[in-house]
Amino acid sequence: MKTIHFNQIRISLVGMALMFLGCNPQGSGGSDGALSSSAAEKVYIAPGEQDEYYAFLSGGYSGNLTVYGLPSGRMFKEIPVFSQFPTSGYGYSEETQPMLNTSHGFVPWDDLHHPDISQTNGELDGRWIFANGNNTPRIARISLSTFETEEIIEIPNSAGNHSSAFITENTEYVVAGTRFSVPVPQRDMPINEYKGNFKGALTFISVDPEEGHMEIAFQVIMPGFNYDLARPGRGESHGWFFFSTYNTEEANTLMEVNSSQNDKDFIAAINWKKVEEYVAQGGGESVAVNYAHNLYDESTHSATSTMIKKVVTVDPTQIPGAVYLLPTPKSPHGCDVDPSGKYIIGAGKLSADVTVHSFTKMTEAITNEDFDGEAYGIPILNFDNVLAGVVKSGGLGPLHTEFDSQGNAYTTFFISSEVVKWELGSWEVVDRKPTFYSVGHLMIPGGNSRKPYGKYLVAMNKITKDRYLPTGPEMEHSAQIYDISGEKMELLYDFPTHGEPHYAAGCSADLLRDKSKKIYRLDENNHPFAITSPAEARVERDGKEVHIYMSTIRSHFTPDNIEGIKVGDRVYFHVTNHEQDFDVPHGIAMIGANTSEILVMPGQTKTIVWEAKQVGVWPFYCTDFCSALHQEMQGYIRVSPANSNVELSWSLGD
Amino acid sequence: MIRNQLLFCLILGCLTCISCGDKKEKDTQDFKIERKATESAKIDTAKEEQKPSERIDLNTLGVGPIKSVSLDPEIDSDLAAAGEKLYGQLCIACHKVGKRFIGPAPNGILKRRSPEWVMNMILAPEIMVKEDPLAKELLQEFNGSPMSNQGLTEDQARAILEYFRTLE
Repeated sequence: MKTIHFNQIRISLVGMALMFLGCNPQGSGGSDGALSSSAAEKVYIAPGEQDEYYAFLSGGYSGNLTVYGLPSGRMFKEIPVFSQFPTSGYGYSEETQPMLNTSHGFVPWDDLHHPDISQTNGELDGRWIFANGNNTPRIARISLSTFETEEIIEIPNSAGNHSSAFITENTEYVVAGTRFSVPVPQRDMPINEYKGNFKGALTFISVDPEEGHMEIAFQVIMPGFNYDLARPGRGESHGWFFFSTYNTEEANTLMEVNSSQNDKDFIAAINWKKVEEYVAQGGGESVAVNYAHNLYDESTHSATSTMIKKVVTVDPTQIPGAVYLLPTPKSPHGCDVDPSGKYIIGAGKLSADVTVHSFTKMTEAITNEDFDGEAYGIPILNFDNVLAGVVKSGGLGPLHTEFDSQGNAYTTFFISSEVVKWELGSWEVVDRKPTFYSVGHLMIPGGNSRKPYGKYLVAMNKITKDRYLPTGPEMEHSAQIYDISGEKMELLYDFPTHGEPHYAAGCSADLLRDKSKKIYRLDENNHPFAITSPAEARVERDGKEVHIYMSTIRSHFTPDNIEGIKVGDRVYFHVTNHEQDFDVPHGIAMIGANTSEILVMPGQTKTIVWEAKQVGVWPFYCTDFCSALHQEMQGYIRVSPANSNVELSWSLGD
Repeated sequence: MIRNQLLFCLILGCLTCISCGDKKEKDTQDFKIERKATESAKIDTAKEEQKPSERIDLNTLGVGPIKSVSLDPEIDSDLAAAGEKLYGQLCIACHKVGKRFIGPAPNGILKRRSPEWVMNMILAPEIMVKEDPLAKELLQEFNGSPMSNQGLTEDQARAILEYFRTLE
């Protein structure tokens, strides 16, 4: 009986297989046309081949930025920005600890939300990428030649630095708007006196066109709303900046309910050129504050932190024509400007529709003084007379919009979990595709510039669920890549991200590939503890501080035997990597170090501190597999009792 | 039986250590596992094959960017000084004058190698250890320790070559 049974099953299986073959002569299921290549082919980057685009995804609560390739979805690097990163020693090494200094002391973490690539004439120029720290308000600038964080500036008078870090179309300013309004200046006052007393600071940070160095130019002190997201004007609207707001109710408790009472909140339009002019003519008030400005110098391989005590604040009602409010329904979240700069899109997150304001109509309404009242002296423009159109999406919970180069917009819908493609001008929905699941931001390379590369769209989701093998209660967030080169979007691929991606920025690989730095030149190393020759390797004592001037090359440390260290000494390993070849870092790890290892790039100097606490002979070793003799790359430190008279000595091979 | 012997040795070893005191711990060399031939042993085996580093080959140019170098009979002392300075920064981590270190000493190198071979080894070590048979053997002789590409220009490598000419 059993045998017969098995045979029957086998026959059925063969039959089914034949049926499948018969049904699907093209061989792959789900394809809607014989001409379209398969999704797999579109994302497949053969071994040794490289991706077409770079994508920089925010890490959210990881505090860092991750670098991916598109269309493969392969992760290339995690760039430490606001978080200590033992992988490289960032925030642990003596040189990089100042990067994380703030007015609250050393803050080793932040919540990184919105990266934005520098622009010239409204097009991506690939020099730097800016990103915000949401929690302890900060803006970082990351070099796109070294892929290292070079500068972090703290934002005073701000809290929940969310409508940040977005740049103007020639990178004149990087903008940081506060999400939480607070007393300005900070003071002891009852929380329930929020309304009318708390303020929202919108900070304009000027960017030096040569070096990229940031400086707070002015802060526009706005009413105590929540400033959520922001976009620059571009093209004809260049000179303006747009910020979405919610909680125009100015509630201070049970916000879920109390800040959703008004049918419309605002998009605040700031004419920053007018404010700039006003400040240049001596307008504004210089007020006492305290914030950190941290700058990394590539030539000394070291950061410095400077506390700054003054900032210029501006009362916008004192500048005629500087600020207007555009009523926007249902607690708008995303505030996006199309490539032409003609349309400002407000996505009411509790709505089904997307509101589009016209920049032309806005300027006309301003000229005609077509106002619908005012808020704290700021004119509110007439909603109907600035409206360009409404996208009747059929979805629910619109959040963010990006653009292609063909006059289309793509909006994410969190609640209905989809991306909706619609046409600028006609406001008609063209296509919609589901996301998996509950999409937040989306990114089209160049999608926040005058010149989008409209080939791929990346949707970054808040919920992962069943997309990958389960890994316990916590899953990395999923992202999906869509091909948007045709009329209909095509889902190509799914990939996990790191931390929680909010916004992302992307650009063509051609923009960055050739200027990516390969080594630091040893003869340009100005680190005060660098040694440019192993002949200078030495150990010096200064009281209880001991400085080891050490060099590395495949595969040894110079020196590798050090004696005369005593219990209670604070030992500085100043390690210069003498390699001058691409991709040959050396690391150093010291047993019991209360910091981390450091990874030293070719030609670079880094310092890690080790405290000698116990008598003995203690090893250190190279953490990066550097050559066939990497396992031999090690050394010893002899630690003698505090009262010992063992002399300081060092050697290699003697 | 064997285990007991081992145990005995270990105990003896421990005792020896303890008795050494804290001044200077005894240099114990109780075991030899394929230890390399010592200097004295080398004399006994005079027939031992010549090492790649000692071999003389003045005709091979090596593989790399340098196809021909002409040396002036007179040493250019300014160029040699510039070369010495570069050598002190970028080479001495592995090559000491007058002494084998991580790699061979540069002394008398031009009596054994062509100037082109030397410059190619400096400028394109990754290619040399793959494609030049002698460089391949040298990598093995020196424990598989790779020669680092220090990113020198041809002019800088030429200066180092001039410095090598001053080393007997």
